[in-house]
Amino acid sequence: MATTDTFPVPEATAAGHAPLLEVDNLQVEFRTRDGVAKAVNGVSYSVEEGETLAVLGESGSGKSVTAQAIMGILDSPPGFVTGGAVRFRGQDLLSLPEDERRAYRGRSISMIFQDALSALNPVFTVGWQIGEMFRVHEGLSKKDGRARAMDLMEQVRIPAARERVDDYPHQFSGGMRQRIMIAMAIALDPDVLIADEPTTALDVTVQAQIMDLLRDLQRERKMGLILITHDLGVVADVADKISVMYAGRIMEKAQVGDIYAAPAHPYTKGLLESIPRVDLKGQDLAAIKGLPPSLTRIPPGCEFNPRCPYVQPICLEKRPPLLDVVPGRSSACHFAQEVLDGSL
Amino acid sequence: MGRYVIRRLLQMIPVFIGTTFLIFMMVWALPGDPFAGKCGDRPCPESYVQAMTAKFNLDEPWYVQYGLYMANLLQGDFGETFAGVQVIDELTQAYPVTFKLTVIAILFEIVIGVGAGVLTGLRRGGFLDNLVLISTLFVISIPIFVIGYTLQLLLGVNLGLFPVTGREGTVYALILPAFVLASATLAYVARVMRTNLIENLRSDYVRTATAKGLARRRVVGVHTLRNSLIPVITLIGADFGALLGGAIVTEGIFNINGVGGLIYRSIRLREFALVTGAVTVLVIVFLLVNLIVDLLYAALDPRIRYD
Amino acid sequence: MTDPHSLSPHPTGATADTLEVEAGEGPLGGAVVPAAQDKPRSLASDAWHDLRRSPIFITASVIIVIFVVMAAFPGLFTNKDPYFCDLNLSRQGPSAGAWFGYDLQGCDVYARTIYGARASILVGVLTTTAVTLSGALFGMIGGFYGGWADSVVSRVTDIFFGIPLLLGGILVLSSFPSGVGTPEWQTIGKVVLALAILGWTSLARIMRSTVIQVKQADYVQAARALGGGAPRILRAHVLPNAVTPVIVYATIVLGIFIGAEATLSFLGIGLQPPVISWGVAIDDGATYFRQSPHMLLFPGGFLVLTVLAFIMLGDAVRDAFDPRLR
Repeated sequence: MATTDTFPVPEATAAGHAPLLEVDNLQVEFRTRDGVAKAVNGVSYSVEEGETLAVLGESGSGKSVTAQAIMGILDSPPGFVTGGAVRFRGQDLLSLPEDERRAYRGRSISMIFQDALSALNPVFTVGWQIGEMFRVHEGLSKKDGRARAMDLMEQVRIPAARERVDDYPHQFSGGMRQRIMIAMAIALDPDVLIADEPTTALDVTVQAQIMDLLRDLQRERKMGLILITHDLGVVADVADKISVMYAGRIMEKAQVGDIYAAPAHPYTKGLLESIPRVDLKGQDLAAIKGLPPSLTRIPPGCEFNPRCPYVQPICLEKRPPLLDVVPGRSSACHFAQEVLDGSL
Repeated sequence: MGRYVIRRLLQMIPVFIGTTFLIFMMVWALPGDPFAGKCGDRPCPESYVQAMTAKFNLDEPWYVQYGLYMANLLQGDFGETFAGVQVIDELTQAYPVTFKLTVIAILFEIVIGVGAGVLTGLRRGGFLDNLVLISTLFVISIPIFVIGYTLQLLLGVNLGLFPVTGREGTVYALILPAFVLASATLAYVARVMRTNLIENLRSDYVRTATAKGLARRRVVGVHTLRNSLIPVITLIGADFGALLGGAIVTEGIFNINGVGGLIYRSIRLREFALVTGAVTVLVIVFLLVNLIVDLLYAALDPRIRYD
Repeated sequence: MTDPHSLSPHPTGATADTLEVEAGEGPLGGAVVPAAQDKPRSLASDAWHDLRRSPIFITASVIIVIFVVMAAFPGLFTNKDPYFCDLNLSRQGPSAGAWFGYDLQGCDVYARTIYGARASILVGVLTTTAVTLSGALFGMIGGFYGGWADSVVSRVTDIFFGIPLLLGGILVLSSFPSGVGTPEWQTIGKVVLALAILGWTSLARIMRSTVIQVKQADYVQAARALGGGAPRILRAHVLPNAVTPVIVYATIVLGIFIGAEATLSFLGIGLQPPVISWGVAIDDGATYFRQSPHMLLFPGGFLVLTVLAFIMLGDAVRDAFDPRLR
């Protein structure tokens, strides 16, 4: 068993090449009037070409902040990266000066956000905004940029794309706007796409369409996809592996199939049990009691101990490191084995 | 867009009617002697009273009066003084200078106001930021005539940089008065621009633009500037009314023969027929400017157009 | 017509902020659930806490208190008679016996400035009160009842908005001019009326949008569902939320009205002698400004200080209550 918090990279190390994108022991803090909040407290994960990593967690778990740190778009102040590395094909992005770092944004690593209406500039047409990627990064003319924008809009399956290229964001529906954001993000064929809660603000049927679109695009372009979400249902269809985050740390890592069958952490277990199920209709909903902690006042020992149904004295004293439970799965719990076996 | 224009024009009409009616009420139709004070400190000569009564039909019920008043207005008849001088003639002579003065003032507002707002919006908390915040607060609070006299004394008399009166009406002579006139609005513009810029810099689409790999200069200069400028345009339009009022004071102080100076002198001479006629014209100008600004706003902000 | 607050130092587009504390999500994501040692801090107590420490708030308040006392009890500040004028002393500069010198008529400028506070501040206070009450009333009616009541209120507001403050003041006062013989209270009353007729519109708009915002809030819907009648909802829910933006604006507009009175008096159309106000004093001092600046500068300085104090006060209160600046 490894005794560090880093995700033991399987085939990649064996093959000897660096993962496409690797987050290594990242630390991010927020300095506010009410104290210093450790929003990201030693997070490590990675993603390969063609692979989908789902980062799962409640609000405040640090999943979005990690993504923003990867992109380098953290609000600073009050946020500061205080440790760790973010490696793209082996190159540590955090150590680069800003203008070199900027070269990766949009071109190698792209990001889409939750609320497409506020994420798009209201006073420019969608064609202009998509075309901007080509005009700025590849020096295309306005006309060519607009033509490429039309192509992209068709690729993301916007009906009547050629007529709507000069429309404004507020003239589209929520699902269409999200597609426009996706179009902007994949315009330059990035290697990694980070999707921060892309479907949270959408209707369920539209959600499914967007996830299908993302999956198809990923397959065509062999992108690495980091899907940030709090919705377990979305994860099951799309992701290959999953990292569960809580209070700024990763609590469990596994392949998706394994985790649904048998979770190895009480938090994951609680999340799975709290999904309403048709066959349990009429019974009490099994929610995890309590609320996530304020990040300026994280409890000592295991962060989850105030809410854990299996809490023991050691949980209040010693913080459990993220360790392998079985090869390929790790969990940050003193009793991970017992949770996995079901003996707790 | 065309529909929006028509809609605004239609909305304009009741406001226009209402405002002129209000002016009419205030000036002519309130209880009391409508001729009180309209001829200086003396009571009006009988001939004037008779002529005006006939002209404005003051013996008729008020709605008739108003109708005829409006008819006169639309024909450009804004009344006459008891000496028989047509208000509209005086105005035609006086407005070119005021027009020049106003244009220069608005240029000051835009260039200095927006410039200061952008600089301080980008560099918050610095020395420049605090300086601008404090000085704009001062400028907004100091009544325009105090600013006018002080600058006239400092820059005109003491330092001799600018002519003390704008009598010549040349552009150079109008620079100092235009600056005084623009000062309060300029200060507002700087503050509003600053606030807008700060808010827009925090918005989600700025985050998206940065995530697209755009340089900071482009994110600020192209993406946020346009969004931040739009409310400023509205502000300049709305504040135009204060500008017109301020023109009366400024032209008075700097001895400029424009519409403002005309009103200023007429107040002193208690020639209130002239005052009310000229001010009515100014109010109408204000309404028109507001309409233009509204249309401009729609041209710039697509969200309004397609409502 | 579009709706900027042209009288407000920094209109932010949004006219009024709802003042409920945002429970639930802090920027750190954690729930804002008070632990045992945390006292829940409401926005009001937070704001007051900040205000007490703000040097701007303290300075402005002190200045205002001084001037209000000066207006109410001018005798405390000087024992000279502002009406006693000796032509021999005309236009003499400041000296040990007369700190601010003498004006054109030979009257003591210091005494006139002190006594001038009363009329200036009185006009400001009366106008602001009238404007706040009427504007708030109209705004509340329009915002709360909606429908045609709102249309009427909005159209009327638009119409009055079409006349700028100064121009309208000139119009009204030209139609009812005061002369040397008019009794003091009438002169003051006319100026108050002239300003109040046109100044209520911005307050009406602020009140209206606050009411509309509050009306749509969930807890108001709940109150109505529970059978709360209009007066009760207005009193218990709408008013507390509307109070702060209205107070902020009223403070700022007080400063503006004092300035407006001074401008009108300066033009010769506002307060007239023998009423003494800062505007009147400045008007008197303006003619010989270049030769004897002291006649204008001292009352001018007092005027500027007072207006500045009110506007700064309003600004400070607004910033303290703005949840976005936390």
